[in-house]
Amino acid sequence: MDNQNLSFIDKIIDSDIYFAFIKSPTAIISTVILIIIFFCSFFVELVTPFNPFDPSSLDLMEAFTPPSWSEDGMSKFLLGTDGQGRDMLSTILYGSRISLIVGFAAILFSLILGVSLGLTAGYFGGKYEMVVMRITDVQLTVPSILMALLVDGIARGVISKELHDEMAIYVLIFAIGISEWPQFARVSRAATLVEKNKDYISASTIIGVPNIKIMFKHILPNILRPILVIGTIGLALAIIAESTLSFLGVGVPPTTPSLGTLIRIGNDFLFSGEWWITFFPAIFLVILAFSINLLGDWMRDTLNPKLN
Amino acid sequence: MSFLKIDNLSVNYRMRKETVYAVKNINFDVKKGEILGLVGESGSGKSTLGNAIINLIDEPGKISNGKVVLDGINIYENLKDIQKYRGKKIGLIFQDPQTSLNPLLTIGEQLIETIQTHLDLDFKDSKKRAINLLQEVGIKDAENRFDNYPHQFSGGMRQRVVISLALCCEPELLIADEPTTALDVSIQSQILELIKTLTKERNLAVILITHDMGVISETADRVAVMKDGDLVEIGTTKEILTNPKEIYTKSLISSVPPTNKKISRFKIIEKKENSERGVNIKILDRWNKKKLTSQNLIEVKNIKKTFQEGMFTETSKNTVMAVDDVSFAVKEGESFGLVGESGSGKSTIAKMIVNLFKPSSGEIFFDNVCITKIKRNKEMMNFRKQIQMIFQDPYSSLNGRLKVQDIIAEPIKLHNPTITNNDLNNYINDLLESVELSKKSSIRYSHEFSGGQRQRISIARALATQPRLLVCDEPTSALDVSIQAQILNLLKDLQEQLNLTILFISHDLPVVRQMCDRIGVLRNGKLCEVSDTEKLFLEPKHEYSKELLRLMPKIESIYN
Amino acid sequence: MLVVAFVSFSLFTFVGDPVNNMVGEETSDLERAEIRETLGLNDPIPVQFTRFVRNASKGNFGISYQLRRPVSELISERLPATLELVFISSLIALVCGTLLGVYTGINRKSFVSDIILAVSLLGVSLPTFVIGILFIYLFAVILGILPSFGRGEVVNIGFWTTGLLTISGLKAIILPSVTLSLFQMTYIIRLVRAEMMEILQTDYIKFARARGISEKSIQYKHALKNGLIPVITIAGINIGTLVAFSIITETVFQWPGMGFLFIQAVKFVDIPIMSAYLVFIAFIFVMINFIVDILYYFIDPRIRVKSESANG
Repeated sequence: MDNQNLSFIDKIIDSDIYFAFIKSPTAIISTVILIIIFFCSFFVELVTPFNPFDPSSLDLMEAFTPPSWSEDGMSKFLLGTDGQGRDMLSTILYGSRISLIVGFAAILFSLILGVSLGLTAGYFGGKYEMVVMRITDVQLTVPSILMALLVDGIARGVISKELHDEMAIYVLIFAIGISEWPQFARVSRAATLVEKNKDYISASTIIGVPNIKIMFKHILPNILRPILVIGTIGLALAIIAESTLSFLGVGVPPTTPSLGTLIRIGNDFLFSGEWWITFFPAIFLVILAFSINLLGDWMRDTLNPKLN
Repeated sequence: MSFLKIDNLSVNYRMRKETVYAVKNINFDVKKGEILGLVGESGSGKSTLGNAIINLIDEPGKISNGKVVLDGINIYENLKDIQKYRGKKIGLIFQDPQTSLNPLLTIGEQLIETIQTHLDLDFKDSKKRAINLLQEVGIKDAENRFDNYPHQFSGGMRQRVVISLALCCEPELLIADEPTTALDVSIQSQILELIKTLTKERNLAVILITHDMGVISETADRVAVMKDGDLVEIGTTKEILTNPKEIYTKSLISSVPPTNKKISRFKIIEKKENSERGVNIKILDRWNKKKLTSQNLIEVKNIKKTFQEGMFTETSKNTVMAVDDVSFAVKEGESFGLVGESGSGKSTIAKMIVNLFKPSSGEIFFDNVCITKIKRNKEMMNFRKQIQMIFQDPYSSLNGRLKVQDIIAEPIKLHNPTITNNDLNNYINDLLESVELSKKSSIRYSHEFSGGQRQRISIARALATQPRLLVCDEPTSALDVSIQAQILNLLKDLQEQLNLTILFISHDLPVVRQMCDRIGVLRNGKLCEVSDTEKLFLEPKHEYSKELLRLMPKIESIYN
Repeated sequence: MLVVAFVSFSLFTFVGDPVNNMVGEETSDLERAEIRETLGLNDPIPVQFTRFVRNASKGNFGISYQLRRPVSELISERLPATLELVFISSLIALVCGTLLGVYTGINRKSFVSDIILAVSLLGVSLPTFVIGILFIYLFAVILGILPSFGRGEVVNIGFWTTGLLTISGLKAIILPSVTLSLFQMTYIIRLVRAEMMEILQTDYIKFARARGISEKSIQYKHALKNGLIPVITIAGINIGTLVAFSIITETVFQWPGMGFLFIQAVKFVDIPIMSAYLVFIAFIFVMINFIVDILYYFIDPRIRVKSESANG
């Protein structure tokens, strides 16, 4: 009754979303996994004793050590070492940090670009909308990997090699970001069109509220749900895209390996029996992407009013 | 001998927090050749009951109790077998003919499929039967239309097709769930006539579910009144309408706008408000009440509006002229009604008056200033605060993410940027009380309120800038009849006390009669007739006006 | 199409200096100037563009910087490989995806559905190259029954080389096409499922039930037909995605297709190949969109037959 007396926490607990969350084991598990991964990746210096990028700490004698549970394994290298004697676990965590940073940044860029364009296109309509939508249509026919490859390729041609290596991360973020923005634009525009037709928007217009205010105060909060779903799934896609590009050799430079690079390097050793060098980074990547997708999927099902 | 007997039927929905008892121990029966009207407001359970008879209830609903006896047989014996009764013994039709038909199959295919499911006929015979049926429901050129797709039929025709589908296997019971609610008044009467004819010719037992008392009066032989899952009262139509026994029934009937006279206020029986002076209008103190002159507040001159259909128009065939050379004037302080069916342009005109978009040609004058020519925002703001609007859909007219106080504060802060927080809150509270909502409503979210309450919030928001003109676009069409009466009373009181001028848009003639001093009748974008209300109802001049009045469902027809 | 041509052209002209990329470091400045003249690089831009388009429509894309062979030759060599791969993959993805999607859409609560959905989610989370590596490891290294690279033996039919007519060719195409199809299949399963679920809630399904039509009939005749419409559009677009993802698959399996060529081109900044690839891809997309539009016309009567507007 007197809502103001309920604390913020109470209100969340009472809401339908929380209820659905608690009831869904997949949502809980995936969130827990993700929290662990994020924490370990970003605070990797605290988590592991090794720094695989410090050449002085490496001992070639320890190279190619299998995981600790197999015969020749050593307990201090939980997941074994690679060809240079680097501890797999630490390397994976460092790599995952790069992957996560690129993924997040790319999606953020995509989101901001896409939502601004989509929202304004849906709201103002007319020629502007047509142009924006045409661009998204054209770009949507080009698969994102291709887009990212293209942008990267052009960048390589335009910037010199040394500069490119330095800026590789930014180029990558830009490339992946550019490839994903049409999705956000499309969803934002569609949602905006739905909201725009609702009477409360007309009411605000009749009152005299300026357009910008209407877009930010009224429309944006109401279209956040589908954007969030796309964002989560897009994050998984961005991470996979980054690792794919790195695997192909056109992603991050080899000095700052991401999960994709690690898999590529490990691939060479696959046939000679040192399976763990490629296996563990791959598993990690899959778990990461899978958890994000699970969460995104769960969100899509709960936030979709139609399918209840 | 009753053909259908509903025996102690109960349906409940097991929701997350509670169980909703949609239908509670209902008992009644229906004879062959009679039409039983099942009437009730939203949430009464009437639709659920209709669906339950053939077990069309979806999860989480369940038939928890009771049985349905059809011609002596308990069809609930084995609920899973109920499919063989559907279509064969019992036909069911829904409200919206547009969504009831599969858009990808021709109506012929859909008919044949139904026929062959229940009757053992080959293709040729099935087709013959189908064509006969189409002719019976009034579809001309049935042979050729057999191969048409649903989108090639207009609304009324589609409903006829739906009826033919429901009856093609000769069921003896027909359940019609709001069959004419989505149709225009002129089509509505045709469909109801059709149902009456079919009932007689085929000796059907019919359950007609509706919320419209006028329809009941003209079509039903007996009436069952439902409220919150209970059966409140049942009897012959004449009995129920002229001499209702239960309080709820009495209040329901008194809320219905009479079609044959004008009353000053609707009598609300169930509410414990004094039906004398309605409302304590607190904002009266702040209101700059202007003295009423007999000037025209609004003058509409020769406005036209054309819309382009879709963006990929290649031919000029895709333009729609929604408003075609309309002119009228509204005096200060009067209540002017714009009445018409769907597509008549009334909403479009309203939207142009409040400046949501400009007319393609023509001018609109407010207080002798041509507002259609205004280009600069600043100038426009002055007029914006004088013209406000309330809308039809109570659910989409409020932003679900904002608290009520923020919704109402928006116009206040915009036009009085220097207002202090204290003043603001006081003003908001006054507004809320003026529309009969408690002060505590301001901190709640709009989704916590019912339809009628939301309309009150909309009204409060509209009044916040102290407008002189209030445009009401079908403000009560989406509300239950008893709530409608309350809101209409509120509007009348507000108009009187605040000297408002009201432009009232509606398709509902009885409502317009009660609310308006003068009326304009629209058809397909053209203004057919403008006259004083009583004159229009007693001596309509234009053919179309006469037609509308003739076809309007009248609750008083029971007296004939 | 013209837009794409323009983009390709800009790539060609502005990115890097073509001459520098083509010749080695020892060539003198004079020779460079000569080559420039021969290639017509000194002509004004519009002239160069028209020449580019004219050449392109004739199939002449110039010479690859890196491999020193005409690009069109390279493409025609690799094209059949890629197309075959894409074709088989999309077949697998469409057929399996639709069947599974329908099943999970109809049986919403069954355990089997949940498993299928979980696996499909996994499919989206596994990057294509990981799947590829996994398959290679499993089937080629451990089990040794399928080849891990290459195309097997091919048969020449006119200008087309096909691997489908030989046993080794068929064996070779299994792993790459399944890998390629998985990503798409997942997407289709989810799409079909969502469609089916939404359709099963509509009024016309309800009305069909009210008329006594059997559940089976409703699911397969009414729901499915309506559900397939959006799938066609998506399938069309996805063929494009497949072509792109074939880049990855071809790399992992060393399948001699256009994708592999493209990756090399990006690495070595081989502009002619890049721009030619672009043009080709664009062409394929335009074709596919065109075909999808035509298909739509046949399937959805609302587009085919004009509707009445009169009130009857």
